Amino acid sequence: MNRRPVFLMSVLAFGFAFFYVPILSMIVFSFNNARLATVWGGFSTKWYAKLFANDQVLDAAWLSVRIALTSATVATILGTMAGIALARFRRFRGRTFFSGLVTAPLIMPEVITGISTLIFFILISNLLEAAFGWKTQRGFTTITLAHITFSLTFVTAIIQSRLRDADIAVEEAAMDLGSRPWQVMKDITLPIISPAILSGWLLAFTISLDDVVITSFTTGPGSTTLPILIWSKVKLGVTPDINALATITVCVVGLGVIIAGILLNRAERRRDLDAQMAYRANE
Amino acid sequence: MQAAAQAETVRASAVDPAPFIRIDGVSKYFGTFRAVENVSLEIRKGEIFALLGGSGCGKTTLLRMLAGFEEPTKGRIFIDGQDMTGVPAYDRPVNMMFQSYALFPHMSVEKNVGYGLKHERMTDARRKERVREMLELVQLSQFAHRKPHQISGGQRQRVALARALARQPKLLLLDEPLAALDKKLREHTQFELMDIQHKTGTTFIVVTHDQEEAMILSDRMAVMDKGEVKQVGSPTEVYEYPTNRFVAGFIGSINFAEASVVSVAGDLAQVEVPAFGGRMSARAVPGLAAGQALTLAVRPEKLTISRGRPDLPNAVQGVVSDVGYFGKDSLYKVRLPSGAVLTAHSANARRAAEAERVATWEDDVWLSFDPSAAILLTA
Repeated sequence: MNRRPVFLMSVLAFGFAFFYVPILSMIVFSFNNARLATVWGGFSTKWYAKLFANDQVLDAAWLSVRIALTSATVATILGTMAGIALARFRRFRGRTFFSGLVTAPLIMPEVITGISTLIFFILISNLLEAAFGWKTQRGFTTITLAHITFSLTFVTAIIQSRLRDADIAVEEAAMDLGSRPWQVMKDITLPIISPAILSGWLLAFTISLDDVVITSFTTGPGSTTLPILIWSKVKLGVTPDINALATITVCVVGLGVIIAGILLNRAERRRDLDAQMAYRANE
Repeated sequence: MQAAAQAETVRASAVDPAPFIRIDGVSKYFGTFRAVENVSLEIRKGEIFALLGGSGCGKTTLLRMLAGFEEPTKGRIFIDGQDMTGVPAYDRPVNMMFQSYALFPHMSVEKNVGYGLKHERMTDARRKERVREMLELVQLSQFAHRKPHQISGGQRQRVALARALARQPKLLLLDEPLAALDKKLREHTQFELMDIQHKTGTTFIVVTHDQEEAMILSDRMAVMDKGEVKQVGSPTEVYEYPTNRFVAGFIGSINFAEASVVSVAGDLAQVEVPAFGGRMSARAVPGLAAGQALTLAVRPEKLTISRGRPDLPNAVQGVVSDVGYFGKDSLYKVRLPSGAVLTAHSANARRAAEAERVATWEDDVWLSFDPSAAILLTA
């Protein structure tokens, strides 16, 4: 009887350890005073100081944030539209095809997406130069476009599943009460799915922020995002300042996820609690 | 002045015999599925009309066509003389109370009720006044600022009603209005609904699968099956004078027996009923011919159970095979020599111990019924 919990608990502990010990050790070694990344030499925050004095790192971080903000916002707008179309218009010409196209990037190997996007950008750039003599370079715009393309898929999936759970009668009720379709969208549908929109945005933001593969295909000279910078630095050996940089990234992403979780959870919990109270009061 | 206005309201709330809503040969097909098949109905101003039927009988589809959420494949719908073909839901003088209530979860009770009014041309003060009136009508004034999830199921149902009535629609559609409430609350709410209908004089169309609900609520009802209307009439007409086997069997419980016409004299018909082992007399229906096969039906409460042979033309003897005691009445299952089993309901009007009741298991009893209680069904 007693063996099972012990076995289960140790599996759980091992699993958690596998996930989180690397991250923990990275965080610990980011405060290492020694030059070597894997030998402890006392506590220090000097790598953080060094990081904030490094323009290359700061520029890369700023570029990453700009790309993530832009692509998450555009992907959320487009993804919400696609999700609503798929969830609410059950029959239209090419629905299955559209649904397939929207979700394909989810299962497409990233390298393939990266290469095809790169070829596409080269083609467009050649066309632009031939037609208007407009010389273009890959960089912020191309990376952002590529990020929109794949994060759009996640937003669509989130919105679609949220709407599938929602009672369509609520939207019909608004129309019944005299609202035209666009008013129903504004007054009812969007407010109801706003938590899903927010979590879709956050997901798109994080996906964009840590993407390496697709970014490395679509980036150009002078446009180095943070993950690309880390990747190229690590190729020359893991240094403690990389640990510091990664630690900051983990904190920022973690904080974002926790805040979003708390916001969503609190609204949900309050609802449940209120519903219980109302039920009890009327028993 | 006030008295005149009041008299006006009273007159408006009385049922006007001219058709106010006309459903004219309406069919609705979803692919090859015939949800509604050639339905024609006329509904009068100020009446509560019930659409009664089992699930999938087309009653909800008909309701959604009235609301404007579905367009008929064939036929037309007129509301107050106006053809509704091509008129979208948001332009119809119709409001609906949804089965799930469909309250806006992110708006307070007050905002829910006032939502439909924002499309009406009226001053803010008038709008507020109307919301206040509506909340008073459904006795929810003190919950105006609560959100839908902060009130009980019964209160939500009343918010949905107030919201649907706020725009003073010509027609209110109610989709299973009481289905989500528990039994005790339902009975109370039924009468409340009727009261509110009386106060506002709005024409109500109620969709329900619950025959009791339809009987209590409605002035008239249409019984539907497989997309077709089987009978239209007042609750009494539909219960006491069903015109076909489906309606007779769907509403209340009933005993059926195959029969054939022997003779017709005046308003009485003699029919041979093999299951009852002889001839019975029954109130004739138009168009009977000798030799015609039909169904004889008798409601259980119209069968009288007795120990001795009663002096009535319609009497059959049998053995009590089962007794169900419900308190106010008892149910007897009586097996006839033919093997047929009849169900009889008998009110326990006298206070009596078990042994003193009219019959018990394995007793030989007589069942009798008046010719007027026998229903002849040719369809």
